[in-house]
Amino acid sequence: MLRAMRAVFERDLRLSARSFGSSAMTVLFFLLALSLFPLGVGASPDLLARIAPGIIWVLALLAVLLSLERLFQADFDDGSLELMAQAPVPLELLILAKVCAHWLVSGLLLVLLSPLLAIMMAMPTETVWIVPASLLLGTPSLVLIGAIGAALLVGARAGGAFLALLVTPLMIPVLIFGVGAIDAGVMGLGSSVYWLILGAILLAAMAATPFAVAAALRLALE
Amino acid sequence: MHALANPLRFQRLVDIVLPWALAGLIISLPIGLYWVLAVAPADYQQGESVRIMYVHVPAAWMALFVYLVMATACAVALIWKHPVAGIVASASAPIGACFTAIALFTGSVWGKPMWGTWWVWDARLTSVLILFFLYLGFMALKDAFDDPERGRRAAAILAIVGVVNLPIIKFSVDWWNTLHQPASVLRWGAPTMDPSMLWPLLFMAVVFKLYYVVALCFRLRGELQAQRVTALRMAQSQAV
Repeated sequence: MLRAMRAVFERDLRLSARSFGSSAMTVLFFLLALSLFPLGVGASPDLLARIAPGIIWVLALLAVLLSLERLFQADFDDGSLELMAQAPVPLELLILAKVCAHWLVSGLLLVLLSPLLAIMMAMPTETVWIVPASLLLGTPSLVLIGAIGAALLVGARAGGAFLALLVTPLMIPVLIFGVGAIDAGVMGLGSSVYWLILGAILLAAMAATPFAVAAALRLALE
Repeated sequence: MHALANPLRFQRLVDIVLPWALAGLIISLPIGLYWVLAVAPADYQQGESVRIMYVHVPAAWMALFVYLVMATACAVALIWKHPVAGIVASASAPIGACFTAIALFTGSVWGKPMWGTWWVWDARLTSVLILFFLYLGFMALKDAFDDPERGRRAAAILAIVGVVNLPIIKFSVDWWNTLHQPASVLRWGAPTMDPSMLWPLLFMAVVFKLYYVVALCFRLRGELQAQRVTALRMAQSQAV
């Protein structure tokens, strides 16, 4: 079972390493969209530092949404999804492996890049580390929740903005507590509640979403 | 439940329920409106604008109730492949979305004179807005596939996932101390509302529920007929 999960995991990593474009696009979007804000709202450091946590989180959410669109579609088109569904291993576990691999090439890159963005947004240097920490705990939940939408839309007529309509409502709690964790940390207030809730959301998402994703994919394969 | 899986039998049930619910609605709606607009007292703080509550609160309750009905029907449809439950869910969705829109709109009309703003991003308002988007997502996903059955089942999964939002809405005013007032009817201990306002409110809740039953029956009738037409057309084209 673990071997099958590892095989899927490594396959997905290798696939995204060979076609580096898509994850590079995610990162590029993150950076490019952020650079619009100082131009749009004005480059005053006070203002930028205040809105930085929210903007970085919203952009991370949108970047994850963008990256999710093709999560299952390619496997569905070339038939490998069918093989996974018929494997003697629960589809839920293979999905978990796929989502982990996807997070490594999308969410983790955003996490690693976010301190740079926080500095670009004039956040105080000593609090910059809070941004990647909250993204580290939050983006896996975003990918897991988004995977439900990606799976539901396999084979649908529409895509793109549709995915956003389906899953952003469910992602909003992650955003609220992710930004809350940074804000409370920057202001030096007790922020442990936010971290605990972010962690709780991640654990619940890890336990529950693979079943919804698997149900949606089986539906697509019928 | 399995007895109702037969669309024809279900249609007969709808035909029996509809006249009674319709009669109940026609009788109770004027009584309810008269009660809340003329008889019920004005609030000592809010004045006459408290009457918005008699529409706002039942609509918000119905927004949650209809979602619960919809999600339950979706679960039944997925688990037992119940043919009628899926129709109940898709017929309920637009009604629930309307109730949610009414709750949001009346709340905002009430908020302007009372809070001094049309909208605040407090936990209750935001989570109800999420509910509205969930309804829209459900309806859009249902129609996003060439095969209507596929769309109905994909939307069913979304509806079940969205149930996590319901307890958040219900308890948002207790968990977060925000602008929206805390629960005053469905709470531990006695309601904190005066009986002269509580009774008309509960009566309006019943009126709203009757309206839901009536609207649902009409929509169910339409959907069942549409299904029959499709089935007959298929049979005809195969015969030729």
